[in-house]
Amino acid sequence: MATVKFSIYRYDPDKDDKPYMQDISVELEPIDRKLLDAMVKLKAKDDSLAFRRSCREGVCGSDAMNINGKNGLACLTDMDSLAQPIVLRPLPGLPVVRDLIVDMTQFFKQYHSIKPYLINNDPAPERERLQSPEDREELNGLYECILCACCSTSCPSFWWNPDKFVGPAGLLAAYRFLADTRDQATNERLDNLEDPYRLFRCHSIMNCVDVCPKGLNPTKAIGKIKDMMVRRAV
Amino acid sequence: MVNRIVVGAGYGLRDWIAQRATAVIMAVYTVILLAAVVANGGSTYEAWHGLFASGFMKFATFLALLSLFYHAWIGVRDIFMDYIKPTGLRLGLMVVVIAALVGYAGWAAQILWRL
Repeated sequence: MATVKFSIYRYDPDKDDKPYMQDISVELEPIDRKLLDAMVKLKAKDDSLAFRRSCREGVCGSDAMNINGKNGLACLTDMDSLAQPIVLRPLPGLPVVRDLIVDMTQFFKQYHSIKPYLINNDPAPERERLQSPEDREELNGLYECILCACCSTSCPSFWWNPDKFVGPAGLLAAYRFLADTRDQATNERLDNLEDPYRLFRCHSIMNCVDVCPKGLNPTKAIGKIKDMMVRRAV
Repeated sequence: MVNRIVVGAGYGLRDWIAQRATAVIMAVYTVILLAAVVANGGSTYEAWHGLFASGFMKFATFLALLSLFYHAWIGVRDIFMDYIKPTGLRLGLMVVVIAALVGYAGWAAQILWRL
């Protein structure tokens, strides 16, 4: 049994005038290896604490939060890697619903704005639209995004203009469809992004790459979108 | 007023390329200027005057200054886009910056060809 200290951002708009940090500690067993394990115990101790969680293995993207100052998934974060007291805050830049739960409406609005689906006007073949293994290779490092919003909420450009800048997650998804050989809307997609706010707010500071819990590289994808635009225009 | 996500203002790429191109021009000019100063010997009035008397140096300097002004315009505009939220104020500040930079360009030409 080990006692672990936490400092957790608490805010319930129905009861609290303003947010505050709650100091709380919890007894952990050796099998409580991930931050989410500890948080489940915390919740058992103080059931007013609110956070999102679901799959507990880094697939659903629900438990993204700011952990000791860096965005990440609680379920993938080793307790051993964290200095105490462990400071937990909601993802920066999005409105707080309660405690560690943020309103992701703006984030998903931007995601939807890049039309995150295959556009192909040819009649659907009997079985499926096939790709060569080489063409399929292009989608690696793009399709794995779980939309946890760790990247977009660590991006200053997204903090300043969440209503206008698509953000790293949305742009990674945009390139995922630009890179898809089955997609026929390349021109429309590039037109959609040819905008000083939507694409060119990115100044390649790579905060997104630093925090992505899936190890993806949105900055590289954004660079490739710019590359496609240059090839189209120059 | 309704707040929708509107897409594709239709510009941005040109400025992005221009910012990079102007940066290269300024970097090359810095090397040329340093080499010319070393070759011309020292920082006396005569040495400087002689250096900028040549047509090539006038042209290169003016090109580097124009690059600087265009580069500065894109950078300052980016800062306004990030931090100045009221559209009217942002537009006003942009016009002031453009006017100042165009003024500087004229002033630079006047100085260079007076030498």
